[in-house]
Amino acid sequence: MVKWSDFERAAIQDIFSKINYDVVGSAALSRCLIVYPWTQRYFGSFGNLYNAAAITSNPKVAAHGKVIMAGLEKALKNMDDIKTTYKDLSVLHSEKLQVDPDNFNLLGDCLTIVVAGQLGAAFTPEVQGAFQKFLAVVVASLRKQYH
Amino acid sequence: MSLSDKDKAAVKALWAKAEGKAAEMGGEALGRMLVSYPQTKTYFSHWGDLSPQSAKVKKHGAVIMGALGKAVKGIDDLTGTLAALSELHAFKLRVDPANFKILGHNIVLVLAMYFPADFTPEVHLSVEKFLQNVALALSEKYR
Repeated sequence: MVKWSDFERAAIQDIFSKINYDVVGSAALSRCLIVYPWTQRYFGSFGNLYNAAAITSNPKVAAHGKVIMAGLEKALKNMDDIKTTYKDLSVLHSEKLQVDPDNFNLLGDCLTIVVAGQLGAAFTPEVQGAFQKFLAVVVASLRKQYH
Repeated sequence: MSLSDKDKAAVKALWAKAEGKAAEMGGEALGRMLVSYPQTKTYFSHWGDLSPQSAKVKKHGAVIMGALGKAVKGIDDLTGTLAALSELHAFKLRVDPANFKILGHNIVLVLAMYFPADFTPEVHLSVEKFLQNVALALSEKYR
């Protein structure tokens, strides 16, 4: 089981209370699709992903950004057992979506960068550490059901 | 994933803006790396204080950014520009090259924090490609 210090719990809750869900998810996903273009392979049904401008203004990308944030909120609300909370999501990503799990880290990195850009100086090194630990647990839980 | 003319132009343009704060940003990036990726501390255990506020961390961050500045200037021949540094990392420091990616992530993060308007996804892409090529040049002499 993952152990969270009081600081880590507080920092992670604080980040999620401050970020704009409507903006962050979409910004992170579009950044991921632009910076790591091979990730576009999973979004064939999203229409025009031809260039950065198209990706940034694509309504399906924006909508999916919100789906991702909703998923992260589930982890946030169940920090002491993300593994069990994410069991079905892990099966979904492995068996139905067939996402190479290394991609989770790419999206995680983009999310960290977008959050850092939004929070500025409040995103101290220690807060970054807590957030990256949270994402590492999320990624590990999403990988869990792959076989 | 080699650098296009567009990538090189984007990197040079951002560096021109960032150069004045490069030393400070280097310290930040290094400090953040040591906190978020504690396994990287193993390379600096002889420093004692590895907190982001430590003078040694800040100073070394500046050294790293100075080297990156040279890499920007020598962007058309990174292998040549970084040959001596590659030898240093390969034979003396013996840093596992996987760590270059980790430091790169923190440099990108700090750039996003200092230049939120300029660090668009497209600029981010070019800078990441640049850092990846720098890492490759740094790994050149390893084996």
